[in-house]
Amino acid sequence: MNKNWPLWEIFVRSKNGLEHRHFGSLHAADAEMALENARDVYTRRSEGVSIWVVESKYITASNPEHNGELFEPAQDKVYRHPTFYDLPDDVKHM
Amino acid sequence: MKNESENNSSLSLEEIFEQRIANDEKIEPKDWMPEKYRKTHIRQISQHAHSEIVGMLPEGNWITRAPSLRRKVALLAKVQDEAGHGLYLYSACETLGVSREELYEQLHSGKAKYSSIFNYPTITWADMGAIGWLVDGAAIINQVPLCNTSYGPYARAMVRVCKEESFHQRQGFEIMLTLCKGTEVQKQMAQDALNRWWWPALMMLGPTDDVSVHTEQSMKWKLKRKTNDELRQQFIDQTVPQADILGLTIPDPDLKWNEKTGHYDFGEINWDEFWQVVKGHGPCNKERMDARVGAWERGTWVRDAAMAYAEKQQNRKENAAKAV
Amino acid sequence: MKTNLYNYILELGDNCLIAGQRLGELCGHGPSLETDIACTNISLDLFGQTRSYFQYAADVKGDNATEDSIAFLRYEQQYKNVLLVEQPNRDFAYTVARQYLFDVFHLLLLEKLQFSQDMTLSAIAKKSIKEVSYHVRFSGDWIKRLGDGTDESHEKMQAAINDLWTYTNELFEVTEAAKSLIDDGIAIDAATLKESYYEKVSALLEEATLTIPESKYFQKGGKSGVHTEHLGYLLADMQYMQRAYPNMTW
Repeated sequence: MNKNWPLWEIFVRSKNGLEHRHFGSLHAADAEMALENARDVYTRRSEGVSIWVVESKYITASNPEHNGELFEPAQDKVYRHPTFYDLPDDVKHM
Repeated sequence: MKNESENNSSLSLEEIFEQRIANDEKIEPKDWMPEKYRKTHIRQISQHAHSEIVGMLPEGNWITRAPSLRRKVALLAKVQDEAGHGLYLYSACETLGVSREELYEQLHSGKAKYSSIFNYPTITWADMGAIGWLVDGAAIINQVPLCNTSYGPYARAMVRVCKEESFHQRQGFEIMLTLCKGTEVQKQMAQDALNRWWWPALMMLGPTDDVSVHTEQSMKWKLKRKTNDELRQQFIDQTVPQADILGLTIPDPDLKWNEKTGHYDFGEINWDEFWQVVKGHGPCNKERMDARVGAWERGTWVRDAAMAYAEKQQNRKENAAKAV
Repeated sequence: MKTNLYNYILELGDNCLIAGQRLGELCGHGPSLETDIACTNISLDLFGQTRSYFQYAADVKGDNATEDSIAFLRYEQQYKNVLLVEQPNRDFAYTVARQYLFDVFHLLLLEKLQFSQDMTLSAIAKKSIKEVSYHVRFSGDWIKRLGDGTDESHEKMQAAINDLWTYTNELFEVTEAAKSLIDDGIAIDAATLKESYYEKVSALLEEATLTIPESKYFQKGGKSGVHTEHLGYLLADMQYMQRAYPNMTW
């Protein structure tokens, strides 16, 4: 047969209150095994309180060649940031 | 500063790429990269990964024979970390479009190299100390600068590796220290291990700069920050005082402090031995490969079974969903 | 010295020591990096438990005993582990089967031991339950994968279960030491675990499409120090340093 274990991406929440963060990847035959492996591989030193696993093939990634059209148009929209607006110094709590 | 915006459009993809690295930008998996960058990284990262998992074997030898429970759990945890590090590195390598199975195939067929130090035998318990102290010591010198290397997944893997490795060298040094504070037999055991591991540890930092083929390109891509000879000197300078603390003698009659350079001078390295081991004729090359290949082949039916089971489960789930 | 308590602690600790040692042998030789890491974790858990038991045993024994003198400096017949855990890693199916058949018992035992009147044993049990719950899950999942995987894996898993089944009954044997401590609520009456053990194991084997062995012939002896031939080799390895270089600090 010789079918290789697929690759999984592992996301770990370090502690409650924080988001899950991408920690790395590993191989597993199924989701259950991916979770168990992730626990053993990525939380050996108490690095996590919650794990998500996603088979890598299900992740759709943006193409860096489109970075210009995707991300650069946001750069000149300075009015989305509070520093765009001039207020007199004596206005507090804003 | 050059006027970048003016020139950008006339630069080739490769020039833009090199400029990004020079600016300390990271390269990520889906970014355009020159084929040579991809190939070099696959070679170096996989070589690094192979070293981790072949490196499990000489130390793994002593897990069942560790002299105390405390030493046993420390050694087990250390060898387990090496498996973890191999795994992080194979994963980083896979982002370059090569599968772990292909990389294993390269290792098992002898096409890929791994650190030749692991082709030396571990014949006494003191070798566990010497490996931690010297081999991990040399490895750390090599690895710390890689936390800032240009390829993102490799750099991230190395950050994790370096963080976890910090206990490895201490573990080894503590073993040596305990031996050196022990009986005469134990001291001899420690000295013997140092005698056998010292020169291979120096060789581990790579051929001398005048014959090293990859250095210049590797520097540019931040796969290397210092040359092999610089790293070797750094290793010797920091290790000699540690040997003094242990009360052990480094097996090099030419080793002495050089007031003028501020470094230790050291004797001639036997590079013939180095190349012999690299070419596959070290004391344990065959054992190490047999062990790796054997484990992989004995595991085939297990891995196949897990896949077959996963597929059955998936089908059952789908059928159950249809039935509703 | 409280001989019965000492012997009972050894009974508990030796199972962890020998099971941990067997798993430790595999580190670097398993079917995948991921399983190597997982098996090592279980081995580390078991050695951690061993140390807790033996540190307590050393206190009870006095006489300058240490966790290491207890682990490494006894004779074959002084080890009280069950025969099951000393069985070798013939292949991954054996390893998984041995582990699972032990893990289920181990968890049932700890779930009772946490209420022991002996505060130290109770504390060790409470800490170990979490670890062993994971062991059962890990080995149980692998029984299912191999049992219900390919024809080849099914055959291998069935062979391992058939061979190891003969060692399961010993798990429930009550030793003299245990007997003397049951009434005081210190030791667990292992015999009371038997029914739910075979229930759990049978259910999982069935789910894994494996046949529950019908054999009624069982081996015993480990708990009273009469072991299979495998233990001697294991000890020769494990005790090597302490025997070859006596009275030294490592």
